[in-house]
Amino acid sequence: MIPVIIGATFILFVLVFALPGEPWQGRCGERECPASYIEAFKREYNLDKPLLLQYLLYLGKLVQGDLGVNFYNNRVIDELAVRYPTTVKLALIAIAVEIVIGIAAGLLAGINKGRFLDSLVVVSTLVVVSIPVFVIGSVSQWGVLQLHLNDIFPVTAAQGTIKQLILPGFVLGSLSVAYVARLTRTNLVENLRADYVRTARAKGLSTGRVIGVHTLRNSLIPVVTFIGYDFGSLMGGAIVTERIFNINGIGGFIFRSISQRDGVSVVGAVTVLVLVYLVANLLVDLLYGVLDPRISHD
Amino acid sequence: MTEIKHSARGGVPLDPAAPLLVVEDLQVEFRLREGVARAINGVSFELAAGQTLAILGESGSGKSVTAQAIMGILDSPPGFVTGGRVLYRGVDLLQLPERERRKVRGAQIAMIFQDALSALNPVFPVGWQIAEMLRVHRGLNRSDAQDQAIRLMERVKIPAARQRARDYPHQFSGGMRQRVMIAMSIALDPVVLIADEPTTALDVTVQAQIMRLLQDLQDEFQMGLILITHDLGVVADVADRIVVMYAGGLVEEADVVDLYAHPAHPYSRGLLDSIPRLDQKGSDLPAIGGLPPNLLHLPAGCAFHPRCPLAQDVCRSGAPPARVELGPGRAAACHFVDQTLTAGRPA
Repeated sequence: MIPVIIGATFILFVLVFALPGEPWQGRCGERECPASYIEAFKREYNLDKPLLLQYLLYLGKLVQGDLGVNFYNNRVIDELAVRYPTTVKLALIAIAVEIVIGIAAGLLAGINKGRFLDSLVVVSTLVVVSIPVFVIGSVSQWGVLQLHLNDIFPVTAAQGTIKQLILPGFVLGSLSVAYVARLTRTNLVENLRADYVRTARAKGLSTGRVIGVHTLRNSLIPVVTFIGYDFGSLMGGAIVTERIFNINGIGGFIFRSISQRDGVSVVGAVTVLVLVYLVANLLVDLLYGVLDPRISHD
Repeated sequence: MTEIKHSARGGVPLDPAAPLLVVEDLQVEFRLREGVARAINGVSFELAAGQTLAILGESGSGKSVTAQAIMGILDSPPGFVTGGRVLYRGVDLLQLPERERRKVRGAQIAMIFQDALSALNPVFPVGWQIAEMLRVHRGLNRSDAQDQAIRLMERVKIPAARQRARDYPHQFSGGMRQRVMIAMSIALDPVVLIADEPTTALDVTVQAQIMRLLQDLQDEFQMGLILITHDLGVVADVADRIVVMYAGGLVEEADVVDLYAHPAHPYSRGLLDSIPRLDQKGSDLPAIGGLPPNLLHLPAGCAFHPRCPLAQDVCRSGAPPARVELGPGRAAACHFVDQTLTAGRPA
């Protein structure tokens, strides 16, 4: 994990450095910034030093848990702390939608393979996958407003309360819901043909137990893996969904920081995201070993 | 023990005087996209307690489908039982509602599958899988069921059963896995055990051990054993009676001694001739030419005629007699039973 973090932060650092434009642009009103201001700005943020030295100074602070102060004189850690709870809430809602709706739809389709319910799930997931998130988001807002449901499902989420995040959570989860449903269906259909399912039936078990215990456990292994990774990436915020619903989350913060050449904020935020993603991956790997004994013992 | 067994068998009104298992004119078809395949076409046989009946045949002859139809575990769709009866102590299993049939399945008629690695669930410990039988059918609690599962593993001679009960199927050798499978199948003291190629996936030495174990268990409990195999060596060792299947039909039925000494159907004869023999060293091994027929397009007349050395016009035009009786418990489905019986073994 540590090499990944060092590598990721270094690449980020170089990329931000390579961006055209200077961070002090536009900070002095309509005119060019005076040379003295630029000098002071550079000294303040170590920008006068060579790139590698800048990076090492940054890394030194990073290992002490200090993400630095951005070009607006705010501590990056505070900027993140304000926004992270909203992002986590949004991600959790999206994941809950994926688990409940995705797996249920996949199970229904898999058990009724080749029948109407199956076709319904297959076609509707295809439609959902094909539509970009900003379309789903905007259409859902329009629909809610048309039906006068704005009190129940607010179409904006400036404060980031759970209630406000339900509609955006559904929109954010919709893409993966379709994927989870298809993954569940495919794996269920495949596992229902397996020899051990025939054994389970030969044991005189009820259909519910054959599917619910014997087949489901095997079928959900890849699904759980996917959901775990997806949670890791959702924790990095959702730029499009956040913009549509006016959510003050991590995604929007990173987007703004990039457009403002605020390198310290970008590198700090993304470092945290990399960490979160790595932890999520680690958890998925551990979980995988628990779900499939063949992995941990081999 | 016996009392539990009887209470578990309540519900289905069995007739203890009736034969253990009778299969009558069983018909199974597979409704596939390409058409209807008649996988089983009028198979009949009888099994008595303590008896070993071997069902012999090539791949695709319908041996396994017969077993699955008896168990009621055909993949349906596409497989459907379209006719016949399966009488277990006088009760037609095919007419039982699924709920009743489930009480018989696994508990009174149990089955062992060919490849224990794929037939056992990879994500549950073997002890759990054995104990599941006792929990579901007898309502035992988790720890009692586990204890009994360990005793069953000891009975099939799995060393260090208590520790190994927590292991997963992939951690066992092929022979030990098949023992786990057997322990699971005998968990509820079944009276009929169907073994579908139980030793095919195993080394020869392990095969012998597994067959011996099955025989010991059979002697101990007087189970009726249906042994499905294509291995003529295994059959000669353990079977009392043999039915030979070809293309979904029963071509010959006989005591094991009679069949080996005097096969009455040209297909049985072909099978026996294809066993390598030491006294024919150096000469070519006789083989049955051609391939088993496609069940979607069975040849007209006798299904075996394209491969049969005795085939005449009568075989091509019409179906052979379903049963030419040749004495008690002995029959073959062929026009030329007498010629086959009298013909010497080809050199």
